[in-house]
Amino acid sequence: MPKIKVPKHSPSIDMTPMVDLAFLLVTFFMLAANFRSNEPVDVETPSSISDKIIPENVLLVTIDKGGRIFVNLSHTEARKEMLQNMSAKYKVAFTEKQIEAFAGMSSFGCSMQELPKYIEMSGEERKQFNTIGIPADTTNNQLKDWIFYGNIAALNTGKTKYEEASLNGLNPEINDFKPKFILKVDGKAVYLHAQNVINTFRDLNLNNLNFITSAEQAPQ
Amino acid sequence: MAEIAEGGGGGHDKGKKRAKKASTKVDMTPMVDLAFLLLTFFVLTSTFSKPKVMSLVYPAKPKPNEVIPPAKVNNGITFLISEDKIYYYQGQFYTPGNPDGKPATELKETNFGPTGLRKLLADLNSTVLKNKEGLDKQLKSKQIQDTTYERMLNEFKGSKEALKVLIKTDDKATCKNFIDLVDELKIAQIGVIAPVDLLKSEQDLMKAKQ
Repeated sequence: MPKIKVPKHSPSIDMTPMVDLAFLLVTFFMLAANFRSNEPVDVETPSSISDKIIPENVLLVTIDKGGRIFVNLSHTEARKEMLQNMSAKYKVAFTEKQIEAFAGMSSFGCSMQELPKYIEMSGEERKQFNTIGIPADTTNNQLKDWIFYGNIAALNTGKTKYEEASLNGLNPEINDFKPKFILKVDGKAVYLHAQNVINTFRDLNLNNLNFITSAEQAPQ
Repeated sequence: MAEIAEGGGGGHDKGKKRAKKASTKVDMTPMVDLAFLLLTFFVLTSTFSKPKVMSLVYPAKPKPNEVIPPAKVNNGITFLISEDKIYYYQGQFYTPGNPDGKPATELKETNFGPTGLRKLLADLNSTVLKNKEGLDKQLKSKQIQDTTYERMLNEFKGSKEALKVLIKTDDKATCKNFIDLVDELKIAQIGVIAPVDLLKSEQDLMKAKQ
């Protein structure tokens, strides 16, 4: 039997179109996407037609599906100040290193007593950490103190930022620098949990709240 | 490129000097590897839904010893939400056998669809929506400024004819229900939205409905 002749073609393929496509997609994703932040909980927010973007100086309270509460503050300076005040109030000591780590963290959700341990964890461990969130019941309302000191700290940083902007000759709007309060609630969470947080805000006379929602097309 | 070098670049041919015939092709494999690595990275780490915020002003809490007389709302509607269900009644709440001799309040049910809630709100808040349409036209034809538009719209929203809405939730309502409702109210250009506590008598009425 004669041997089957394999045609001697070069095994190379022209990859240029593939490379073109790959880089096109890379460019698209780089420009279009914003990064997923490393939050300890995933929250699926409801949608609304609102088109207001998230302001700069914010205190964010996250409520997950089970009603656990997490807090985040936007500026690192303010976070440090908030933690120092809380540390003094609850007599929980933090090392210099822990305060630094706390300033760089994303949302946190644990009681004041658990916090030093919580700071030491890695991002993955925090997701696994079995916590009840920040206690916000009437007998032990740590959330109220977080909001109280967070507000003061955010006001201070907002003030310094405003003064900086004024010195730079800009004409800043003072309201842009005041802390805003944002609630990020999971759509499946029972409203009662959110109401508890809202009432805590209202106890502190902070009545202007914002809900994070995903954008939705407005009906015609 | 993934190819096998054929015949080498240039060899000596009978001692004659020849310019080296280097292949003009570049090996693109590492570049492709890198491109796809980056692509995978960006695909996995990115989120697309840009979050937005919806602001809502809550009524201030009364001071401990302060007694606020129940306000008389002229053009009010109260929404009661339970798990994926929504009820409403217009005007004030009357219990059966009230001293004013008014008929007891009955709850009506509606839904979150465009034929339910949206139509209801559009009908009840028609004056504001009509005024807004006029304003929109003026804004488009540049007869008024943006700031004037905002101010006038807010004036309409706070006017006497505008619908005022109270929202009450029971313990089964989810945040999605609540935000969906507020969203519908914003679509219907309602200026006064007040989330308040559920009364016992209202809760009983809701239970009877379910």
